[in-house]
Amino acid sequence: MLTFLLEPFQYAFMVRGLLAVLIVGAVCAVVGTYVVLRGMAFFGDALAHSILPGIAVGYLVNGSASLFWWALGTAIIASLGIGAVTRHTKIREDAAIGIIFAGMFALGIALISTVRTYSVDLTHFLFGDVLGVQRGDLWLSIAFGGFVLLTIAALYKEFLVLSFDPVLALTLRMPVRLLDNILLVLVAVSIVVALQTVGVALMLAMLVTPASTAYLLTRRLPVMMLLAAALASLSGVVGLYASYYWGVPSGAAIVLASTVVFILVWYVRREKV
Amino acid sequence: MWKELERTNHLLRRVYAPHLPGAPILRLEGVSLRYESGVALDDVTFAVQTGERIAVIGPNGAGKSTLFKIIAGVLSPTSGEVHVYGGEPGEHVCIAYVPQRSQVDWNFPVTVADVVMMGRVGQLGLLRWPKASDWEKVYAALDVVHLRHLAKRQIRQLSGGQQQRMFIARALAQEAQLMLMDEPLTGLDVHSQEEVFSVLDTLKAQKVTVLVALHDLKMAAERFDRIILLNRRIIAMGSAEEVFTSEILLEAYGGHVHLVYDAEKTLAVSDTCCGEGEEAA
Repeated sequence: MLTFLLEPFQYAFMVRGLLAVLIVGAVCAVVGTYVVLRGMAFFGDALAHSILPGIAVGYLVNGSASLFWWALGTAIIASLGIGAVTRHTKIREDAAIGIIFAGMFALGIALISTVRTYSVDLTHFLFGDVLGVQRGDLWLSIAFGGFVLLTIAALYKEFLVLSFDPVLALTLRMPVRLLDNILLVLVAVSIVVALQTVGVALMLAMLVTPASTAYLLTRRLPVMMLLAAALASLSGVVGLYASYYWGVPSGAAIVLASTVVFILVWYVRREKV
Repeated sequence: MWKELERTNHLLRRVYAPHLPGAPILRLEGVSLRYESGVALDDVTFAVQTGERIAVIGPNGAGKSTLFKIIAGVLSPTSGEVHVYGGEPGEHVCIAYVPQRSQVDWNFPVTVADVVMMGRVGQLGLLRWPKASDWEKVYAALDVVHLRHLAKRQIRQLSGGQQQRMFIARALAQEAQLMLMDEPLTGLDVHSQEEVFSVLDTLKAQKVTVLVALHDLKMAAERFDRIILLNRRIIAMGSAEEVFTSEILLEAYGGHVHLVYDAEKTLAVSDTCCGEGEEAA
């Protein structure tokens, strides 16, 4: 058993993978707490899918070298764009998001399909490839993941008020629009940090599943964030082993693990909530 | 966006609007709010003195919540002006809006003390963490409303009256001088209503000005200094005797009001038009 657990870590790529899933788990789960509490799940899903064309263009221009930056740029533009569209349209918000998200996703698939090794690359973008995380990717994840966590810590009380009682936020003269946009950008950055580990197709689960599991277990926001981060990291480690031993795409494995945890917790707590 | 940055700057530097000496705490001048679909408020003008307790009554859809949100600075009127202590309401943090209980997510993962601390966010300014003195103010506010023993409870575990008092404590922690309460008594039993009133009496002693939207006309007559009868415009304003005449009430409520004269010829009235699961007053 011990060999089963430790043997993979003689490879540097497994150590990098482990660090990656821990960072991704913590960042996505903490941001995901707000996604769950503010009902932004559909927005998160749409945003993740919308960055595919950005990745595709980056990949066509100069291979996998600067994918992170292409993804980051697209994610930030898409998050603010979706935010603006939902404020200034007569079409219902969910329909407007749906139109943009499906359109962008289709464009991304069309672009990637022009490459010869199409199916392998597409699978990695869609479902993640934690075993392929490079040293440079890891540093970027640490830097941007740290940025997300620090921002959430610094604006803790502002985001709390904004999420619980937007009217209070307005009467206290808080810059509500600016804070809303900062939160959208933080979701966008988290998605990019998790991109290589989870892939775009299942990103939503990283944002909502661990946070929802924690929501069933606690009634305090800081505890909910810590629990969500712990559960997500645990699921990430399980997913890492599944990738190593059985070649399951890491995104699918991590999401399956966190879904199983959710179902277990829900079953145990079903009477109490 | 410019306004947002200005607000950010003010909150970072903790700059708030000045209070002009001698100005009434609240003055509305010809405030109207018109939507494409119709008029929400029409030419509302009145002034409120410091420490007054005022009942705002009117049928459902009369614009009571809209009026409060305009005073709080959450909505902007299409015409007219709101002055708080002589200035625009824009940069004041001394106005508290107590939401209707049905508007609150009671499953949100916060404790009673967490919610009351939210009232301190305006005074704290951006990016600053609460200090010991802020927690003292939170617990002092909880003492006023007799909720200190429930400070660590999740908010769903409170009764209706306790939930209402928690929001009053939040307004106290905010050091609010003008409190706008949107139907705080709706759905509360008589005992809980009395608890809310006893807290309101404490506020009056502290010179906090309170505007309360409510449905119970009898309560408005007995427990408030002045009554504003609103139905998109101000129908009448003044003491209970001045406002509760049968002509005025019929004008405001149409057929939706019971007028009953008792032996001493005083008018007993009740507003029968309560919607959305509210209990009839």
